[in-house]
Amino acid sequence: MAGQPSAASPPAESTSHGLRVVLAWLILSAVATPLVAIYVGPLIPPGNASTQATEQVFDNTWMLAVITPVICFLVVFFAYALLSFRAAPGGVVDGPPLRNDSRVQVLWMIATGLIVLFLAGFGTYELLQNGAGGGQGPDPIAVPSGQKFQVQVIGQQWQFTYRYPSLGGLESNQLVLPAHTYIELNVTSLDAVHSFWAYELGVKADANPGVNNVAYVQTKDPTTFHVRCAELCGLWHPYMFNNGRVVDTSQFQKWATQQEHLYASIKPFMDKSESDGGAPYSKTYFPQPDRRAG
Amino acid sequence: MRVGVKLLLVAVAVMAAGVVIGFYVSNLTTLAGSPTYSVPVHNVDGHKVVNLELQTVAAVGPKLSPNPDWVSYLIKDQSGQWKRETVWDLPAHATVHVTIYNFDGASGLRNPYLARPQGMVGNRIMVDGKPTDAIDPNDASHTFAVPALGLILAIPGVADDAKNPCGYAPCAMSNAHRTIKFTFHTTTPGHFRWQCFVPCAAGWVYGFGGPMQTIGYMDGFLNVKA
Amino acid sequence: MSETAVAGPRTPWWRRPIGFNLLTGIVLGIAGWYVGWFGAHAISAESLEYFGDTDYNELSVYLAYLGGVIGFLVGLGFLNYPIARLRGYPPSLREKETHGWTRYFGLCTDHKVVGIQYLWGIGLFFFIGGLNAMLIRTEQLSPHSQSFPMGTYLTLVGMHGTMMMGMMTSGILGPFANYFVPIMIGARRMAFPRIEALTFWILMAAGGVLTTTIFFGGFPTGWTGYAPLQTQANPGMDNYILFFALVGVSMTLLGLNMIATILTMRAPGLTWTRLPIFVWGVLSTAVLMVLAAPVLIAVLAMGALDRTAQTSFFNAAAGGSNYLYQNLFWVFGHPEVYILALPGFAIVLELLPVFSRKPLWGYRLAVAGLLGVSLLSWFVWQHHLFVSGINGDLRPFYMLSTELISIPTGFTFLCGMMTLWRGRIRYSVPMLFCLAWFFNFLIGGLSGVFLSDVPSDVTTHGSFFSMAHFHYTIMGGLVFTFFAAIYYWVPKMTGWELHEGLAKIHFWTMFIFFNSTFAPLLAAGFLGQSRRAPVYTGNLKFLNDWVSISAYLLGISMLIFLFNLVWSLAFVKKPAEANPWASRSIEFQLPSPVPVHNFDRIPVFSSDPYGYGEGPAPSYVVPAGAPAGRD
Repeated sequence: MAGQPSAASPPAESTSHGLRVVLAWLILSAVATPLVAIYVGPLIPPGNASTQATEQVFDNTWMLAVITPVICFLVVFFAYALLSFRAAPGGVVDGPPLRNDSRVQVLWMIATGLIVLFLAGFGTYELLQNGAGGGQGPDPIAVPSGQKFQVQVIGQQWQFTYRYPSLGGLESNQLVLPAHTYIELNVTSLDAVHSFWAYELGVKADANPGVNNVAYVQTKDPTTFHVRCAELCGLWHPYMFNNGRVVDTSQFQKWATQQEHLYASIKPFMDKSESDGGAPYSKTYFPQPDRRAG
Repeated sequence: MRVGVKLLLVAVAVMAAGVVIGFYVSNLTTLAGSPTYSVPVHNVDGHKVVNLELQTVAAVGPKLSPNPDWVSYLIKDQSGQWKRETVWDLPAHATVHVTIYNFDGASGLRNPYLARPQGMVGNRIMVDGKPTDAIDPNDASHTFAVPALGLILAIPGVADDAKNPCGYAPCAMSNAHRTIKFTFHTTTPGHFRWQCFVPCAAGWVYGFGGPMQTIGYMDGFLNVKA
Repeated sequence: MSETAVAGPRTPWWRRPIGFNLLTGIVLGIAGWYVGWFGAHAISAESLEYFGDTDYNELSVYLAYLGGVIGFLVGLGFLNYPIARLRGYPPSLREKETHGWTRYFGLCTDHKVVGIQYLWGIGLFFFIGGLNAMLIRTEQLSPHSQSFPMGTYLTLVGMHGTMMMGMMTSGILGPFANYFVPIMIGARRMAFPRIEALTFWILMAAGGVLTTTIFFGGFPTGWTGYAPLQTQANPGMDNYILFFALVGVSMTLLGLNMIATILTMRAPGLTWTRLPIFVWGVLSTAVLMVLAAPVLIAVLAMGALDRTAQTSFFNAAAGGSNYLYQNLFWVFGHPEVYILALPGFAIVLELLPVFSRKPLWGYRLAVAGLLGVSLLSWFVWQHHLFVSGINGDLRPFYMLSTELISIPTGFTFLCGMMTLWRGRIRYSVPMLFCLAWFFNFLIGGLSGVFLSDVPSDVTTHGSFFSMAHFHYTIMGGLVFTFFAAIYYWVPKMTGWELHEGLAKIHFWTMFIFFNSTFAPLLAAGFLGQSRRAPVYTGNLKFLNDWVSISAYLLGISMLIFLFNLVWSLAFVKKPAEANPWASRSIEFQLPSPVPVHNFDRIPVFSSDPYGYGEGPAPSYVVPAGAPAGRD
């Protein structure tokens, strides 16, 4: 049933509704945004164990701060609209035939456009500094300056092993990193696609077969961190994790010596060429395809 | 249609759905899994000791598996029978003596580093009675690894021209084999997965499909219980 | 055209199933399956060496299922018309449209029957996917693998995701667009009625293919099917490949049909600016379907070749690249998620005017929003690959394009919000679901903002945050509007009312437990829980248990809905009024259920259906003496 046409509402009524919403929004945002930015933002993981992790927290805090007024506006708008504009009980009555208001459209487009462009620009700036801990592929564009300590991460089904070119290419199933150092992680895989995720360090780089994926992370104080695989790689993907450690230089030397001692017996085999079954240090590996029983 | 008939139809449909769901769920809990084997625990001087006798075979055979050509680990139970069960209950804070008889040929490791035994007592294993701290990766036939315990070792394979190779499992000691022995310690209780790292699943890309990705063949669990 | 069943001598009950219908379809399907299976074994079993090593014959799995699907379709009667035409019979558009309740169990060219078939068919697979979700949450009750063996858990995750993605893609277009688009544009049929029926039955066959994957060992890749893991998986992977290929075919044909219908069959007076916004949403979705689904079919064909013919499209060691798979998949995959989201926008914008009693505010802006999302969805796919090692230069571009797509999405929000503004809002159940959409999609969209920002994405990619994001947008977006559409249109489709009290209970329990399930998962993702893994650090156990209990309660709310459906439609059977919502849209000016021929006379449109508050004049007038209109 079509309702009776309603009398044209005076423009003042619309304006007063609008003013109330805007006022409530301004007050709520002014209160909520600083609270969120100061108290909630810094709590967002992954924490402060590396420069990249700190940058991510900073980035997330800013995004949260920008998003909070948006949420406040929608909360205020809906609370107001759903309560004030309820239909009166009784028969179905039509509302005012408002079809458009180009001022509102333009305002909305400008506001959303600005927010989006700001967030994109801010994120890009953060990203281009040093890669924000993400894998950048074989030709990274966001390279931090200065000396970098190289560590290779090899994903395989289903464990990560780590090679240290500066220690003679020694391989280990433990990830130990020196503190206060810029690390260049070269992530690759021997078989399926894995993903190296060092949670507290804020690093994630996919391990692809035949590809060297470079990520940068600057360690801070000694700490432990969790490494897990973040790309489904088969049966034991969920169990593909280990703990890593960031230790100070003297500890790192001790550990390196101990690993070299362990590695010594397998080193002659590792140094052979790939066709002889060895695996000299390289950025990517193509293990022989016939490495399976016939 | 009368209400009674409708009610009956609805009840039948609900029960049928329940039965189908029940079959589905119970099927899933056993699909691609393995029964658990409780390894018997001995007490030596107040210390818990466990003996694991394992066998790795090139083809598990139709009696033990619907996939007769798959490679597999087998475990010997108390009655001397070889079973295809790869989930084992072990005690915590115990010493585990492991003996592995390998009846399979070599196929080589994808990552030769894994041929360096580590995580067991002395970081070395006994191969046919001789202590070894590195296997030639080209000789590797299988590995036994428990990554969460840092335990990894490669098992050398039977020579290609060996006499009397084993066909279908279970293999007898008269078949050509290599014997590997080592000891490791369990510590805290927990569920520790173990796997083989040699890409020995012939026919699959990278050799890691089929038995390499199915619990009950080349993968399993150590349920370390307090 | 008479709307009653053709009168005639009653056929004895034992003769009724004879003919081309679902029964014949199943029989011929099983026969076709065996033909394919044994045929492939005979041809190739010994020639491909690796079959001997693996004990599997992949080729026979493919040919068996293809044979089964073809047999199924032949048994349903899809070849009858082409063969009849080949033999010289005259063309016809109608088949079995007046046969009574049995027309729902076979090939029927009445678009309304196809719509109802879709509703039940998709509903069935939705519940199967939902059952898998309950099993997933059961496994997640404990931080280590305990209820299901590891391989089975991965299959469950894969089956849940794949089933939902494959089925819910047609979740709104299938039932509601098929039923209502011809009515809304004043037509008596779709452009290609037989193809319409075909899309439904292909989808059902595909569902059968996917549910039987457990008999072949399941598949370990999740719904994205990444190579090269895909290449080394058990034969169950072939079920996944074939399922998605069939879904792709169904999607392409469905989209094609929609586009052809909307473009060519609008009644006189229905200009583009008078088209209901629902039809615009269907059009923008259909364009995406037609363009994206073929890419999926192509990438799956490559995967199938890698698995059977030992090609190396995705095998890096032999010259291929896993990036090829990832990029091709996501070129499909991203438009796919907008195929899921856009019908939700369309439903919300369609229903809000009815329940606010105001015209749709900013009609042209809303259309621009829908088309803008459709267009921009092609330019964002690499945001799934931010940390995969793609060229670093690409990342700022994709970050920008992904952020930009929130602008046309925002238009939908603006038009919806301004439609509510100063309206006379009635909180009927369809309206409640639409309002919930705003809440859920807001959270989904804002979590998407975090994910689109590369530094933030480094932590959240591949974690439960990403999973909660897409559940908020897809389940909170699409599935809620799916239920809104059901409560809104089922009285029209069936002629019976759905019990309102039960519907409200369903809504509130679903809304509360949906949010209770997925909001904590946003946190779990940030706290480091990896996706598709039943293993997590001990400190997350409480969170996971809370989520699992909420998920069970969410499942129970679905059962309440199911109970309401059966109770109201089979037992109570209270006749619904023709226009229970006082809507000005044309479908509500017709009797409930809509008669077979839709209209006595083709209507003439003079305005859009949103003239609330603008006067009592209807927007479609059939002038006296107007011709009856042809088919």
